[in-house]
Amino acid sequence: MESFLNRYRNITVLFLVIFGQLLLLAVQVKSDRNVPVIRVWTVTAITPFARLLEAVRGGGTGFFRNYILLHNADAENRSLRDQVDHLKMDNIFLRDQLNTADRARALALFQQHTQSKTLAAIVIASGAGVNSKVVFVDRGSGSGVERGMAVVTPDGIVGKVVAVYPNASQVLLMTDADFAAGVISQKGGVRGTFKGQGAPMGKVDYISNSEKVEVGEWFYTSGDDRIFPRGFPVGVVKSVHFDSPFQDVLIEPSGIERGLDEVLIIVEGVHRAIPPVEIADQPVYIAPPPPDAAAVREAAAAEAGATPTEADKLRSVYKAAGDAQGHKYGEGYKPPDLVKLPAAGSTPPPAAPANAAPATPAAPSPTAPTTPAAPPAQKTVPNERLANQAAGAQSGTSGH
Amino acid sequence: MDYSGGRVLLSSQREGQSTHYSPRVLILVPLAAILFQVYIPQFFHFLQFLELPMLVVVYFALMRRSQLGGLFLGALVGIAQDSLTIKPLGMYGIVKTLVGYFAASVSVRFDVEHSIIRGMLCFFFYLFHQCLYWVMERALLGHQPPFEMQSWLVQGGLNAVVGLALFHFLDKLRSSA
Repeated sequence: MESFLNRYRNITVLFLVIFGQLLLLAVQVKSDRNVPVIRVWTVTAITPFARLLEAVRGGGTGFFRNYILLHNADAENRSLRDQVDHLKMDNIFLRDQLNTADRARALALFQQHTQSKTLAAIVIASGAGVNSKVVFVDRGSGSGVERGMAVVTPDGIVGKVVAVYPNASQVLLMTDADFAAGVISQKGGVRGTFKGQGAPMGKVDYISNSEKVEVGEWFYTSGDDRIFPRGFPVGVVKSVHFDSPFQDVLIEPSGIERGLDEVLIIVEGVHRAIPPVEIADQPVYIAPPPPDAAAVREAAAAEAGATPTEADKLRSVYKAAGDAQGHKYGEGYKPPDLVKLPAAGSTPPPAAPANAAPATPAAPSPTAPTTPAAPPAQKTVPNERLANQAAGAQSGTSGH
Repeated sequence: MDYSGGRVLLSSQREGQSTHYSPRVLILVPLAAILFQVYIPQFFHFLQFLELPMLVVVYFALMRRSQLGGLFLGALVGIAQDSLTIKPLGMYGIVKTLVGYFAASVSVRFDVEHSIIRGMLCFFFYLFHQCLYWVMERALLGHQPPFEMQSWLVQGGLNAVVGLALFHFLDKLRSSA
């Protein structure tokens, strides 16, 4: 027995070590992800070195930039960048509120709601291993960080705190396969669960095929997961495929697009409204009215009918009489003196537009309609009868 | 040990003698490799493919020619690496334990100071490392990680190149005794 053990000592030890680690794995998978003590030890051992390296690097580069290259320019740039980030957050909040139809209600909401209380943190290290999608930030339990807090940037969500150490925290990025968050689409209010895939793109799960999701649509946090406050951008839809039983919706996360240097940990979350969809309200060009719309209509009517009707002829006669007496139909109380109608032979042709080309039958222009010939002389209608008809028409059109 | 030139196989196990390192080297080098792994890729994303902890485990396992030493070093480095990830403790631990054990097993047959052998072993163990991790992630954690053999092949080649330079540097840390 002893010789057997000596002969296979190495392989036995190998199996024991593997078995021990398998047991360790099994215990962890069953537990509720409590932070093991060995993790605390390892992180506590590693993070001081990372902080030291970061301090040396930051100090060195800061000195070089501030005092050798550009005096104070870097500090000013950093300050301005912080201001831009804060203003961006403010802008999103204010825009959401101002988009509300009821301004008074928006103001009341603005007064009632304060923005989420956040804590700025710097990413000091990434997770060890090619397959790991976690980062360490320089804020820990000493700064008030707790496990489960949301981590965001002004562009969107980043991840959530999964482990808290005295002076550092471990953040699970939204691209990790273990990450999940409740989301809602901007247009249709379609709810789903965002899941990381270990790749740059994420996936929104549990959207049935009957729900409508479009490419280019934004997804926001729904607040259902009790981690991320409602209304933070998650990403934009890049592709939608119908699959059984749920749609396959791929999303490009917006929060980690610009890299991760500084993040905000939401200490006290405040839900926000999902911003409304910006409808593509393109201005429609409306051409200016023609100089004399009535004249154009008359010209068009005259052009449409080659032979004017009796009513057209009468209308021309009355118009000529009104023009001769300076009367404008529809205005004033005094009707024109229709006894003094112009002679039938001198009846002007139907009014043509002021800018229309003159009647030149020999050379018609394709663009300018030619004025039709003057109506024939009204020999069959006596003036008195015309006057009576005009009086009747006047009583009906003068607007008395 | 003399550099063996074009010969890649050892004629006997006696020919391959273990190399000694001071305890400081055995502690600080893996620690530096892990620190590199967590710190450098956040500034140089293209260096994320590097698996320096694995290369260090392979190096010490090859040079010390001790299966027990290799598996324990792999287990310690792997668990330390696991501690810095979100994955359960033991994933990298098991993988690197096996890497250390097999690297030490191989070292008694090959001339591990030969550059080509070193490069091939780095390449092979990187692929082994990635494939085993992929299998364990599927089998033990129930995840569905992508099987990226093409990128692993390329990254294995790059790790082999880096491993050669790293091994050359670590050779200088050998104890004279």
